[in-house]
Amino acid sequence: MDLSVIEKFNKDNVVVEKLENLVNWARSGSPWFFQFGLACCAIEMMAAAAPRHDLERFGAMPRASPRQSDVMIVAGTVTLKMASRVKRLYEQMTDPKYVISMGSCANSGGPYWQHGYHVLKGVDLIVPVDVYVPGCPPRPEALIYGIMELQRKIRNEKPYTKSA
Amino acid sequence: MDFNNIKKLLSTNHGEAISVLEDTEIILVPAEKWSEVAKDLKENKDLTFDYLSCITGYDNGAGKSIGVAYNFYSMAKKHSLEIRIEVDRENPEVPSVEKIWRTADWMEREVYDLYGVSFKDHWDLRRILLPSDWDGFPLRKDYKEPDYYNGMPVPKDKSYWE
Repeated sequence: MDLSVIEKFNKDNVVVEKLENLVNWARSGSPWFFQFGLACCAIEMMAAAAPRHDLERFGAMPRASPRQSDVMIVAGTVTLKMASRVKRLYEQMTDPKYVISMGSCANSGGPYWQHGYHVLKGVDLIVPVDVYVPGCPPRPEALIYGIMELQRKIRNEKPYTKSA
Repeated sequence: MDFNNIKKLLSTNHGEAISVLEDTEIILVPAEKWSEVAKDLKENKDLTFDYLSCITGYDNGAGKSIGVAYNFYSMAKKHSLEIRIEVDRENPEVPSVEKIWRTADWMEREVYDLYGVSFKDHWDLRRILLPSDWDGFPLRKDYKEPDYYNGMPVPKDKSYWE
């Protein structure tokens, strides 16, 4: 996690910092994820959130409502029947929102790429994906790395800078 | 009771309609006889097939029949039996056994969902796994997957590796 802001605070109890950095620090320090799983990847996601791997060390905490979550971890096979629900849940999340695609199925259709008449070949066909975590299923360490990668991405955002 | 005795008993009760699938211990029943045979399987004191383990659909290939396989077990008599029914693929119609074995309700819906076998007198025959607006029966051998489903592309985009 980025502790540079706190380190500055320790020196003389005053922090002079860009607002953008403060906002990014807050956002990247609490990537609350949406608690829902679609297939076996969800088991690994649960294991990552459970005490042994403890995702809360990274500020990532499962929330049961899309309104309260910042990150959607698409953990598992996205069937065509589920795809419209996934899209709706993504739309119900409040900005800023991020998507982690976890596992081969959510990345590209996985083992269903050829004969999966019922599987969406990658969740990026319906929602914008920020981080792809490969694996079938990825170990909790891989998911944690994915979340750290997302935190790194959030820290480099410029939420108050107008793009040209 | 072993298979030969079951076969003999069914033949005496239902006559010529009962036949055995070659080199197997599977009994073939014509669809129009099925209601009557099913009732006998459940209620005959010597058979007492009180447990329907599974219903499976299968496709014999283009131009051939569509089949339904039933696996039975008798908790009381400790014997088992497989029964198959093969019907025309253009208009596959099999009598429902949902009123005899309650568990057949969802199993028949699943076979209907994936093979399009319509079970006559089923109280609630609609899709169970696929979305209700799905077109076609995907486990049939002549099924062609659609290019799009509700605006979402279905076949894999291979343009970046071919």
